[in-house]
Amino acid sequence: MSYFDKRPPVKRYEHGSRVPGWDEAVDLTKPPATVPDPALTPVPAELREKIEAAMALYPDSKSASIPALHLAQQHHGWCSPEAIEQVACVMQLTPAYLTSVASFYDMFALTPKPKHDVYVCTNISCSLLGADEFYEQMCASAHGHEDIGVRGFECLGACDIGPMASVNGEYVGPLNLFDAQLIVEDLEAGRPVLEHKQLRNRAVADPQGRVADWTGIDPVGQEG
Amino acid sequence: MTPTHLLFDRIDEPGLNTLQGYEKRGGYSALRKAFAIPQAAIVEEISASGLRGRGGAGFKMGQKASFLPKGEMAKYLVCNADESEPGTFKDRELMQKCPHMLIEGMIITTFATGINHAFIYIRGEYELQADILEAAIAEAEAAGFIGENILGSGHSLKLVLHRGAGAYICGEETGLLDSLEGKRGNPRLKPPFPAIEGLYAGPTLVNNVETLATVPTIINMGGAEYAKIGTEGSTGTKLVSVSGDVQRPGNYEIVLGTSSREIIFDLCGGPKPGRTVKMWFPGGSSSPVLLEEDLDVAYDFDTLAKAGSMLGSGAIIVVDDTHSALEVAQKLTKFYAHESCGKCVPCREGTNWTHKMLARIESGEATPMDLDILASVQTQIIGNCLCVLGDAMAMPVGSIVAKFRDELEAEIEAASERANTVPVAPVQDAIPVGAH
Ligand SMILES: Cc1cc2nc3c(=O)[nH]c(=O)nc-3n(C[C@H](O)[C@H](O)[C@H](O)COP(=O)(O)O)c2cc1C
Ligand code: FES
Repeated sequence: MSYFDKRPPVKRYEHGSRVPGWDEAVDLTKPPATVPDPALTPVPAELREKIEAAMALYPDSKSASIPALHLAQQHHGWCSPEAIEQVACVMQLTPAYLTSVASFYDMFALTPKPKHDVYVCTNISCSLLGADEFYEQMCASAHGHEDIGVRGFECLGACDIGPMASVNGEYVGPLNLFDAQLIVEDLEAGRPVLEHKQLRNRAVADPQGRVADWTGIDPVGQEG
Repeated sequence: MTPTHLLFDRIDEPGLNTLQGYEKRGGYSALRKAFAIPQAAIVEEISASGLRGRGGAGFKMGQKASFLPKGEMAKYLVCNADESEPGTFKDRELMQKCPHMLIEGMIITTFATGINHAFIYIRGEYELQADILEAAIAEAEAAGFIGENILGSGHSLKLVLHRGAGAYICGEETGLLDSLEGKRGNPRLKPPFPAIEGLYAGPTLVNNVETLATVPTIINMGGAEYAKIGTEGSTGTKLVSVSGDVQRPGNYEIVLGTSSREIIFDLCGGPKPGRTVKMWFPGGSSSPVLLEEDLDVAYDFDTLAKAGSMLGSGAIIVVDDTHSALEVAQKLTKFYAHESCGKCVPCREGTNWTHKMLARIESGEATPMDLDILASVQTQIIGNCLCVLGDAMAMPVGSIVAKFRDELEAEIEAASERANTVPVAPVQDAIPVGAH
């Protein structure tokens, strides 16, 4: 049997291609989406105020699209069509433009997402130290908790505490398999997550950077 | 004795992240000193210091600043705090513990180059650090270090903190500029370089956090004095982030030219007892890997380049002998395939295909010939795209294929034997649509 006969058939999508592409064609008979009419698009006053404040920070107000999407996501829980519509209305951009921006960045959710975000770093330094096992354990522990979304993430910039995770923005590590359950319990109880492993309290590893009266956590590998 | 710690000296001191704590240590004295010397002389001091960019490319900061056109026009300074290169976490510690050092460096730089608008582009995941910086900027504004006619110097500055939303490519300077303009973070064709045509088409200076945070030190000690630290081509100190298989991972400040072995073993304790260094990335995951026999190379820009790698962002990732080369390569390709912005074909397709080809080795469908194809894909990516994200995968992966060829061939053999006895699992798409 030759090498080529041994190869399994190439998986193809319904449309016959080996790459996913788009399953549904765009409906070109519909009118193109335009900038929403302020008179017809109610925007919560608080959200509008914050977006306008962000727009005022830049020479070109369009620069505020990412900050505005962050604000809308905080307000609505995700970048829903309604949220995008509201940002588009305040910023006077098309919803399509903002959707294209939102879809580029990992932190924006274009589908409904759970309330709590657990980003588990599965990049190189963390994975050398067991991040993939932790990720699986984290998924298992969060199973059945609808409000906890676990997601594998690229390097979060805290490889010194690997394996690590960002729980609602709070960096914690180094994590062992037992921590997965503790994270779930802390989240469900509304407590700060793994306080004894939070990066914010950790000393720098460089001995010259350290001070005698340090009250936080010692660097990884230098505890004691 | 020449100082060895310019940025990290007692950085853990409680309260150093506040204006009061920073000023107690002499903070903002460099700014006052800078206001008393002519603008051109400040750029000269920076040039004389030999300071090379700490973000990845190692370009001389003084030279880059001198490329900016002179005269009255809308010019911008952008601090690159995106820090997404796997293995890198030095800017994080600096911004969290001593944000005013960065802010002071930015004010001096804008004064020297006649810039009135500055931005800090910080990655969205760094929420704590962004909050700290925001508070520090507000403090500096209230104290009159930022705003109109700063300390009576006639210099005005508006400094805005901009939070990103999770995209590695926004660390690339032109991708960052597009993102800062409110677009998808696609890199631009260069030239024109940002110093000529950058943010809002105006001349723009883009520098890394650590580069800008070093400016106050240079003003305080003088460029010539700073240049005495380190080696001739790599002056000063460098923050290195060491991670992976070492016993004491973390950020360390070293004098450029220190032996890499000293960093990995003396400072960081080396791998766990009984294990050895299999390979190490000297400058983030984008740098070609080096082996155990390379451990004695001096850690500076030129020596690492001569050794066939690069200093990059100063992130050392150590891999010990319990890990396979295939596993490391797969982690890399998954990252770059996910982060490729998709604008240039060689990078978009090359990163994805490389990832799939490695998956084929694992599933036992590869032949040794695939290694040659794999290597040739890497050479076809390098130099053929608008930015070097593709190169950043091709260089380390190419070096792993070259240096661990025997191991990979053995893996191909073993995996295909396994596949012959066990039914082959159906081919999965390496990167499922919409998955992260
Ligand atoms: C894909 C890619 C990612 C990058 N990421 C970063 C980054 O996160 N932080 C950074 O400072 N520079 C990064 N750079 C380098 C920047 O393009 C740029 O060279 C640097 O910010 C210039 O600052 P410096 O001269 O002070 O080093 C990246 C480059 C590439 C090609
Ligand atoms: S690899 Fe996990 S934080 Fe960097």
